[in-house]
Amino acid sequence: MSFLSYLINGISLGSVYAIIALGYTMVYGIAKMLNFAHGDVIMIGSYVVFTMASTWGMNPMLAIVVSVIFCTVLGVVIERVAYKPLREATSLAVLITAIGVSYLLQNVALLIFGAGTKSFTSVVPVPALRLAGGALTISGETIVTVIACIVIMIGLMLFIKKSKSGQAMLAVSEDRGAATLMGVNVNRTIALTFAIGSGLAAIAGVLLCSAYPSLTPYTGSMPGIKAFVAAVFGGIGSIPGAFIGGVLLGVIESLARAYISSQLSDAIVFGVLIIVLLVKPTGILGKKINEKV
Amino acid sequence: MKTKKISKFAQTNLITYGIAAAAFIVVEIMLLTGSMSSLMEGLLVPLCTYAILAVSLNLTVGILGELSLGHAGFMCVGAFSSAFFSVCVGDAFGSDLFRFVIAILIGAVTAGIFGLIIGIPVLRLRGDYLAIVTLAFGEIIKNVINALYVGRDSKGFHISLSPLTLEPDGKMIINGAQGLSGTPNDSTFIIGFILLLMTLFIVLNLIHSRTGRAVMAIRDNRIAAESVGVNITKYKLLAFSVSAALAGIAGVLYAHNLSTLTALPRNFGYNMSITILVFVVLGGIGNIWGSMIAAVILTLLPEMLRGLNDYRMLIYAIVLIVLMLFNWSPGARTFRARLKEKVGRHKQTEEVK
Repeated sequence: MSFLSYLINGISLGSVYAIIALGYTMVYGIAKMLNFAHGDVIMIGSYVVFTMASTWGMNPMLAIVVSVIFCTVLGVVIERVAYKPLREATSLAVLITAIGVSYLLQNVALLIFGAGTKSFTSVVPVPALRLAGGALTISGETIVTVIACIVIMIGLMLFIKKSKSGQAMLAVSEDRGAATLMGVNVNRTIALTFAIGSGLAAIAGVLLCSAYPSLTPYTGSMPGIKAFVAAVFGGIGSIPGAFIGGVLLGVIESLARAYISSQLSDAIVFGVLIIVLLVKPTGILGKKINEKV
Repeated sequence: MKTKKISKFAQTNLITYGIAAAAFIVVEIMLLTGSMSSLMEGLLVPLCTYAILAVSLNLTVGILGELSLGHAGFMCVGAFSSAFFSVCVGDAFGSDLFRFVIAILIGAVTAGIFGLIIGIPVLRLRGDYLAIVTLAFGEIIKNVINALYVGRDSKGFHISLSPLTLEPDGKMIINGAQGLSGTPNDSTFIIGFILLLMTLFIVLNLIHSRTGRAVMAIRDNRIAAESVGVNITKYKLLAFSVSAALAGIAGVLYAHNLSTLTALPRNFGYNMSITILVFVVLGGIGNIWGSMIAAVILTLLPEMLRGLNDYRMLIYAIVLIVLMLFNWSPGARTFRARLKEKVGRHKQTEEVK
C-alpha cells in the first residue's frame, strides 16, 4: 500500500513537471531556445494567486484565471522585449539573456514579496479520496493535477493538429525559412507559443504550490530545471514526450526519495537522464536527425 | 606570411599577460600604500578563482565549442578532494606551502580524472543535449557530496552515504550536508595570481599548439576535421579534461580561502556554472583575456553596488540583458555601424585638412 501511495505521489509530482515541460518543449521546438526563465514564470504565477486569494481574499478560481492571464501577458512581453531582438543572434547569447530574465524575475519577486517563505493555501476544492478502507488516500490535489495534465496535453495536441495556428507552429518548428515563404507569420507564431507556455506555467505553479505549500522567489527554479530534464527525457519538441518524460521523472524521484535516499533523489533523477540520453541520444520519443555534410 | 601570424599570436599573448601583470602591480601598490579597503582585500582571492574558472571554461566553450553547464561540478571536486587532503595531513609536512602545492596537484588531477570520466559519455552528445547532461553531472556531484560522510578513527577511513558512527577517538572529515571544516587558509593573493598565470600559460600554449589547432578544427567543422584524420574523441577529451583540471585548481583556491566548505547550490550548483558561463560569454567567446576581465568586472559589480543592497542583483540582471541586446539586436547593430561610420568620416576629414 505504501508503494502505491508513493507511486501516486510520483504521478502527481510528475504531472506538474509534465505541464511545465509542455511549455518548455513547445518554446524549444519553435524558437529553438532554452528558456531558462520559464521556471520563474511559474513562481510569479504562484505569487499572483497567493496575493489575490490569501491576501486580498478573492475567489481562488478567479485568482487562477487572473494569474493565467497575467503570466500569458508576461510571457509575451518577455518574448517581445528580450528574445525577439535576438532572433538572429547565437544561441549562447539568447541563453544568457534568458538567464538574465530569470534573475530579473527572481529579484523583482524578492523586492516585492521579500525573501521569507509564504505558506500557500491550497486552492483545490476537491476532497481527498479514500480507498481500501482508508489505507490508501489520494489527495484532492493529486486528482486535480493528473486530470489537468491529461486535459492540457490532449487539448494541446488537438490544437496543434486541428487549428490553423497550431499548424503554423508545426511549420515554424520544422523549417522557419520555408514557413515564412509559405506566408506564416513567424513572429506572431512564436509570440503565441510563449503565451501558451506561460499560461501553462501559471497553472503548473498553482498546482505545485497547492501540493507543496511553500513559496519563495526561488520556488520555480528547481522544478523548472527538472521539467527541462523531463522535456529532454521524453525527446525535446515532442508533446507526448514531455508528458511521458514528466510523469516518469516524477515517479522516479518519488520512489527514489522513499526507498533509496531523500538526499540522493535528485542525483538519481539526473543519473537516469544521463543513461537514457546515452542509450537514445534524442530522448524517448525524439526524432533522429541526420547530419548533413 | 608565417612571421606575421606568429607575431599576431605573440601580440594576443602579450596583451593577456600584460593585463594580468598590470592588475597585479596595481593591486600590490594599493596593498603597500594601504589604500585598499578590507572588503576589496577579501575579494582578491575570489577574483583569482573566478578568473581561472572563466579562462578554463572558455577552453571548453570557446575553443572546443561545446556548451558546458556543469563547470562548477569540477570546481567542487577539486575543492573537496584538496581540502580533504589538507585536513587529513594537518601539520605533518611542516611546511604549509609544500602542503598547499601538493593539494593543488591533487585537486587538479582529481578534477581532471572526473573530466575524463564524464567526458567519455558526454562528448558523444551534441549541442543542447550536451549542455543538459553536463548540468546533470554537476548536480549529481553536488548532491553526492552533500550526502557523503567520511570519517577517520583508529580502524582507518570510513566512507558512507549515511551518517557514520565512529570509534571514540574518531573524527569526521566530511560530514554530509555540513561539509568539511577546518581547512587551512593557505590561499593568498600571490599564490592565486601565480595559479592564474599558470592557467593562462597552459591555455594560451594549448591554443597555439598543434593540439589546439586540431581542437579548433573540430569546433569549426567536425566532419571536415575527421575526414582529414583528426582524432575527434582524443582531442575533445583532452580539451575537456584540461578544462576540468583547471577548474579543479580554482576549486583548491576557493576551498583554502574558507575554513568551512559546504556544497551549496550557491557555490557549486548550476547557478555557479551559469555565472561562470556569463563571464565567458560577456568577455567574448574564445577570447581569453576577455573572460579574465569579465570575471573581474562582474564579480566586482555586485560588490560595488553593495550600497544599493536590495537592488544590486536586479541591476546585475538588467545589465546582463541590456548588454546582450546591445551586442546582438539588429537595431543596436545598425546604430553602432552608423556611429562607426560617423567617427570614421570624422577622421577622414581631419586627414584631408
